[in-house]
Order: sequence, then C-alpha cells, then structure tokens
Amino acid sequence: MAGIPHDHYEPKTDGQKWLNKRLPIAGLLYDTLFIPTPKNLNWMWIWGIVLVFTLVLQIATGLFLAMHYVADTELAFSRIEHIMRNVNGGAMIRYVHMNGASLFFVAVYMHIFRGLYYGSYKAPREVTWIIGVLMFVLMMGAGFMGYVLPWGQMSFHGTAVITGLFGAIPFVGEAIQTWLLGASAVGQPALNRFFALHYLLPFILLGITMVHVWAFHTTGNNNPTGVEVRRTSKEDAAKDTLPFWPYFVIKDLLALVVILIVFTAVVGFMPNYLGHPDNYIPANPAATPAHIVPEWYFLPFYAILRAFTADVWLVMLVDWVTFGIVDAKFFGVVAMFGAIAVMALAPWLDTSSVRSGRYRPMFKWWFALLVIDFIVLMWVGARPAEGIYPYISLIGAAYWFAYFLVVLPLLGVIEKPLAQPATIEEDFAAHYPKSTGTPAE
Amino acid sequence: MEMHLVSHADDHQGTRRDFIYYATAGAGAVATGAAVWPLVNSMNPSKDVLALASIRRDLSDLQEGMQIVVLWQGKPVFVRFRTPDEIAAAQDVDVDSLPDPLANSDNLGDEAAATDENRTVSVFDGGEGFEPTFPAGALYVSSGLCTHLGCVPVGESGDFGGWFCPCHGSHYDTAGRIRRGPAPRNLPIPYAVLVEDTVIQLGEEA
Repeated sequence: MAGIPHDHYEPKTDGQKWLNKRLPIAGLLYDTLFIPTPKNLNWMWIWGIVLVFTLVLQIATGLFLAMHYVADTELAFSRIEHIMRNVNGGAMIRYVHMNGASLFFVAVYMHIFRGLYYGSYKAPREVTWIIGVLMFVLMMGAGFMGYVLPWGQMSFHGTAVITGLFGAIPFVGEAIQTWLLGASAVGQPALNRFFALHYLLPFILLGITMVHVWAFHTTGNNNPTGVEVRRTSKEDAAKDTLPFWPYFVIKDLLALVVILIVFTAVVGFMPNYLGHPDNYIPANPAATPAHIVPEWYFLPFYAILRAFTADVWLVMLVDWVTFGIVDAKFFGVVAMFGAIAVMALAPWLDTSSVRSGRYRPMFKWWFALLVIDFIVLMWVGARPAEGIYPYISLIGAAYWFAYFLVVLPLLGVIEKPLAQPATIEEDFAAHYPKSTGTPAE
Repeated sequence: MEMHLVSHADDHQGTRRDFIYYATAGAGAVATGAAVWPLVNSMNPSKDVLALASIRRDLSDLQEGMQIVVLWQGKPVFVRFRTPDEIAAAQDVDVDSLPDPLANSDNLGDEAAATDENRTVSVFDGGEGFEPTFPAGALYVSSGLCTHLGCVPVGESGDFGGWFCPCHGSHYDTAGRIRRGPAPRNLPIPYAVLVEDTVIQLGEEA
C-alpha cells in the first residue's frame, strides 16, 4: 500500500501464515488500524468517526423500524403511531432514528467546514473530497426519503415540492417527475419506492465510506498545519505521526461520548424539537400546510432555491438569453444544485498553494463570513418568502457562490500567507513543549 | 517472414480484431440497455394509475363565494363559484401585462390568451340544451397545484384576492393567473365540462 512508510503486518504463527496466503485480511485490518496519523490533529478531526457511528446507528435503528412499518398510504401514518404506542421500546427507537438524522447532518457540516478551513480538499486529496460531496448528496437523498415515510402533511407536501424540482427541467422535466413518482402526483407508488430507496441508500453510503477512507489512507490525513507528513523514511514519518490505534481511537471515542450525552438529552427530553408538528397530521393532498419548511439541515440550500425569483436581474438576463428555456423556476433549481457543485470544484477553484487557513490572514475572514452566511441562509430558509426575507436569501446565495467562484481564485493571487512550520513535529513541539519532569507511572 | 513475429496489432489483420472489439462492445451496450430498460420502465405509472382518467362531481351544493377541492388523478382541482366582485376584478386586467399571458387551458388551443373569459369559458362549452345554474363567468375550474413546485395554494388570499401559495410566496388572481412570485405559469385548467346542469366532468373519458 502506498502512503506514509510504516511497519506492516507480519504473520507469525503457522495459522496466521496459512490464512495470510489465502486471504490477507489481517494485514488489511492491521494497516487500517495502525495507519500513521498526524499527531497534531485537533478536535475538528473527530467528525469522521461520529459520521461512521451515526451511519451504523441509523442502519441498526432503521432495520428494526422497518420490521413494524408498512409503506402503504392508507397505513403508513397509523403504523408510525403503532411504533410509537404499541411496539416495545418503539418510541425510543424511532426518536433515536429521527434525531440520528440531525446528528448526521450536524456532523457532516462540521466535517465539511473543517475540510474547507484546513484546505483538506486540495491536492492530493481531491478524490477524497469529491467522494465526500457525493456522499453528502446521497445523505440528503436518504434523509429526504426517510422524512416521506411517516406520510404526514410535511412528508406529503415536501415530496411534492422536491419532486417538483425535477419537473422544472426544460422539456423533459414533467416526464422525469412522473417517472420518479410513478404517477402524475405524489401517492402510493412514490411512498413505496421511497421506502425501498431509503433502505438501499445507507448501504451504498457504507460502501462509499470505505472508498472515502481508502482514498485518504492513500494520501494520508490532512492536519491543522496543512504541512505533509515526511515520507523520507520510516523514522522521519514516525516523528510526525502516531498510530491511529490507540491514540486517535481513544480520543475520538471521548469526543463521541460527549456528543452522545447531548444527543441522548435531545432524544430523551426534546425528541420533537427539530421536527414539525404538521407532520403529525395525516397527509392530505387537498391542503398544503400554511408554512411549509424542510428539515433544518436542508434550509441553507432551500433558501438558495427560493432566492432567485423572476424579478432578479440575473434571472431575467438568463431567461432572455436562453429564450425562456431557463426560467426563474429552473434557475432556482440549478442554483440549489450548483451550490453543492461549486463545493465539489473547490480543489480547482482555490489557487492558493497554502493548505491551512491558519496561515492565510485574508482567507480567515472570508471563511468566517462563509460560516456566518451558511447560518444566515439556514435561518432565512425557515422564514416565509415575503417582505425582507427574499432579499436576505439573495444576498446569502450570492455570497455562497462568490466565495467559491471569486474569493477562492483571487485570494491565492493577492494574499501573502504567513510562514508555515517546516514539519508537523515542529508545530507539535511548539504547542506541547517537552516537560522536564517524567510522567507519573 | 519476420513480420509475423510481431504483435497482431501491427499487421493488417488488426482491423478485423478492432471490428470484433467494437461489435462486442456494441452488443454489450445494447444488451445492457435491453436489460435495464424494463426495470426503469417499471417505475413509470402503472395501468391502474393511468386508468383514472376522468371523474364527475355534483356541484349542486356549491354556493356563491364558495370553493371546493376535488381530487382528480390524485391531484387537487379547485372548483370555485366566483362572486361578481371577483369576476370584475379578474376582467379588469391587461392581459399583456401578465407574467404568463397564455390561458394554459386544456379546453383551448396553446395560443389562447389569458383573458378572464378564456380562463372560465370552457366549462359551459361542452353541454348543449341545458340552462347553466351558474351565471356567466362565475364557475372557475383549475388545477390546485402551484406551477412553481406543486404546493396547494390557499384560496381567498394573496395580494390579488385569488390564491396564495404559502410555500414560496406565489400570488394568483381571482382567475388563477400568476401575478407575482416564483411560479412561472397560470394555474393549468384541465379538460372540464358540465355534463348536467350541476354535474362537472374533469378529464376526457378514456
């Protein structure tokens, strides 16, 4: 295996040698578990483990929910109530699964912004990054389809809105929407297939997770300095790194415990805080809830979708240039998916040779503004589309695109970066000076 | 000859090998497509879904100023008995100033203008020989799905007294025409006809 030089697995007993010749699985596990990891990783490097844990949690709780659920428009809502009232421990399993989705997105947004700040997307980790964006999209798909299953008011009308996005595609949109729904409107075929896909997607995610890990185990982890681990020799590499087990596993597990304390408190004391009361009303195709909003984790992108109305000059220009093929509706859809696509392009849009935001004095401020922008978009996405809110959405959406398409390319040219440490060891030593005393035995 | 010791790719027989590659790849692509298409097509609407082409609804309980929502093909359809004020408001609009100047009605041609008459006239065209219970222009029928992303707009609200879509703030007037907001088109009018004095049929019989 390419990557940072380190000791590999050596089969010792006859049994180990016998197995290793036929299936070198012990070596694979050894290399994965003892992979040299930069020793200066900070607390923002815990979210990957949290994500893996949450994926397993969702698959496990989802399996048992599926044993009690029926994907039938007449029964789905009452089956959820059945889980809540009759199934032993059903309410807890469902609340863990519901809030597990929120934990998933908390972790993924922290993970993404970590990558954006420390330049983890830059060469040679572009493939890791793109796989990650793909996983994010699949996660959103899984989250959306899971929300449909209770067949409440938000489930139903949320599905109408989201599948309507595909209907906005010029010429073929309506056919695609009908194909997705299996009917001209949301109904039994849609519920049935969304259940099937909601069950499938997490396993695809699990598979891609392994490819994601494989990719960054090949390039090595990024770290808060953005300086690469020395690969000149095993000894040099060992000065910059520590094995993943036990050092980082124990650290990550400590973080996971703290996060799970908060998670358990939410599940136990306020399980419906992040949901919408409207979804406890059975789906009614004849009436849309007065205030329809997606789950909190979709709000920033939902705000971008709504930002581009027909009275925005850019929308009017595009409409005119394309002879009306790209109208305001389609423009909004393109903007929403584009907001994710520009993230995927970050490795090529960022022209700076310095990875870590720590050594980029101007970048820091633009990045902070991006985080604020994300939070503002999340807030405005939950507000009604009236008054001042569409303008705030528009400004927020504009900055989101400007950050990736203008700020990242320009900063690399005009910014003067600070001096970076020569090695990870040097950075580590500066933070943790060698103590004179001996550690307690 | 020495040439025969070199790989086949270099001699003239290579073109035959190339042909076999392309033919195999082509056959593989066709076979894959033939295997995948039935699976993809299975997701299209099934026969029973397509069979629900038309329905009838008795409107004798519909009073002036009242609206009912009829579910047709799983989708809501607005049927409204408009008041004289609402009709007057809808007629008093310059069609050319509308975001969507077309009637968007299955009862008329694609080029029909979005006049109030074109947005309502159709329901009286189908029958012959019966006295309409509803005054001229009073009966309004249209899809109940916002043309933006398919929410159900709320009646008797919005800045133009017609419908307001709470999802993304589209305002429709009393003839279901988009006036402001992200929706691109007027509310579509399905094929609709009064088959008896007070019975409306939505959709053409299959």
